[in-house]
Amino acid sequence: MAGEIQNPIIRVRDVTVQFGATRVLDGLDLDVKRGEILGFVGPSGAGKSVLTRTIIGLVPKIAGSIEVFGVDLDSSNTSERRRVERRWGVLFQQGALFSSLTVRQNIQFPMREYLRVSQRLMDEITMAKLTMVGLKPEVAERFPSELSGGMIKRVALARALSLDPDLVFLDEPTSGLDPIGAGDFDELVRTLQRTLGLTVFMVTHDLDSLYTACDRIAVLGNGKIIAAGSIADMQASQHPWLRQYFHGKRARAVMG
Amino acid sequence: MNGDPKLERIAKGNALALCATGTWTASFAPVLERMVADAEKLAGTPQSIFIDVSEVAQLDTFGAWLIERLRRSLTQGTVEAQIAGLSANYSSLVDEVRRVTATPVIDTGTVTITGMLEQIGRTVAGIAGTVAGLVDMLGAVLAAAGRVLIHPRSFRLTSTVHHMEQVCWRAVPIIVLITFLIGCIIAQQGIFHFRRFGADIFVVDMLGVLVLREIGVLLVAIMVAGRSGSAYTAELGSMKMREEIDALRTMGFDPIEVLVLPRMLALVLALPILAFLGAMAALYGGGLVAWLYGGVEPEAFLARLRDAISIDHFIVGIVKAPVMAAVIGIVACVEGLAVQGSAESLGQHTTASVVKGIFFVIVMDGVFAIFFASIGM
Repeated sequence: MAGEIQNPIIRVRDVTVQFGATRVLDGLDLDVKRGEILGFVGPSGAGKSVLTRTIIGLVPKIAGSIEVFGVDLDSSNTSERRRVERRWGVLFQQGALFSSLTVRQNIQFPMREYLRVSQRLMDEITMAKLTMVGLKPEVAERFPSELSGGMIKRVALARALSLDPDLVFLDEPTSGLDPIGAGDFDELVRTLQRTLGLTVFMVTHDLDSLYTACDRIAVLGNGKIIAAGSIADMQASQHPWLRQYFHGKRARAVMG
Repeated sequence: MNGDPKLERIAKGNALALCATGTWTASFAPVLERMVADAEKLAGTPQSIFIDVSEVAQLDTFGAWLIERLRRSLTQGTVEAQIAGLSANYSSLVDEVRRVTATPVIDTGTVTITGMLEQIGRTVAGIAGTVAGLVDMLGAVLAAAGRVLIHPRSFRLTSTVHHMEQVCWRAVPIIVLITFLIGCIIAQQGIFHFRRFGADIFVVDMLGVLVLREIGVLLVAIMVAGRSGSAYTAELGSMKMREEIDALRTMGFDPIEVLVLPRMLALVLALPILAFLGAMAALYGGGLVAWLYGGVEPEAFLARLRDAISIDHFIVGIVKAPVMAAVIGIVACVEGLAVQGSAESLGQHTTASVVKGIFFVIVMDGVFAIFFASIGM
């Protein structure tokens, strides 16, 4: 237990992922520390989502190793994997809510599987999660097809958090939200991180999120991490893509 | 540091303190729930109650909510339960759950007589709606066909050829195999039973008439409804789900013209071809069994077949094929475009497409039988 606290919560070493002849990730190393919010940026198509999906185990890698909570997911058996999966939550880019279940059933789905608690407690926790992500209780009985894009994101976050995980993966959580909603979302992630001691791995393009929510930023380019550090480090960097990203027109607007 | 959670009662003079210790997290939720339910029985005691959480090692939403639930149920009348010793780390979490409004509103959906009657009424109205939907689609397809005839350049040849490949060319092996086997079975059964009357040779009459008039086209139509009707519904349905059809519309394209017409045309051309191939395969299979099992020489089989059937039989069969294809196609496209947002809806409509397709094919076959009987064919 003590070792686990010092070690990074996610430890990616020398990971290579290839689709056909295209090498997407090429010997990539990355550490995510316990309790931090890591913002993960990079040009579109650089492989940010691919890395996320590789860590979660949805995309096979051809080389390298990944440890989450100190468990190597390749050499672990099914029950170890299950334990790890129970401790993380994933917010997919499109929400990936189960379309034939209501919002309430979606949020309760992991609870039903992993915890043996009464329906009453599940209902109450569902309401608590909905309130936390800023939705009204009436939404609980709606189906995903009856929700707006922003609501889908929030419900998906509520589902990702339904077991109170230690680690959440957020794939572009604020894309498609209005600026106020996105700001609330960043605030929410911050609050949850503070209160639950959550570690957050956030793929994002939202400069506001990077400035307000993230403790550390990692930048992906050419299949590798080209820079990692605080927002100040990023602004000081001389890398051409980073200069453009953090000193472009939109960045100036954010910084005021 | 992470012990099992406990909730101890300690009397402090006039007040009662409930000391929570250990790990109050999701993994211990069942235990926590039982403890809290136990402690809730204290409600109604006139003492003031403190819930002391200073010894809690770890707290998450589950723990925080259960403490909040306990506080709420112990707060009655003049007695107000209070949470004490909350560390700064967890105070925002507890504040967060305090905002939660208590009981969720859940529609239980009780069954009543009026509810059942309403359901029946809606189902009957739904049948009328189905027929209206089919007629609507038929009209829309004919209108689109008319527009294409006036402006032949808007015809989507590539798409039509693509669908022809899918529903015709790729269906040939399975259709030929199944009709061949059915032909074999009909011949075998015919010979087996006719032999008792010494009427072996009449199996050729039965096979010819049955295959050319009915079985060939009906069987092929049912298979096509299952194979291609379902595919059409699933394709159009998932396009509908992902707003692709709305996208087409906003670009000024008519989805009927772009998506439905090529599919319909491919099916209407494909089914007669498949029905013909199926009939030939069934006759061949029947002939083979008649020869090998019934001892009817191929020359005798062909001669008998020539006497037994006329071109009328073949026409009766093949005329039905394009009509059945149109029915299958229209049902499939209507169902596809009726898909709502969920995966479940896609499944329901695909099932409905096949079931209704086969139903209407058999109804059409009956209508044709009456028609041909009355004109004496």
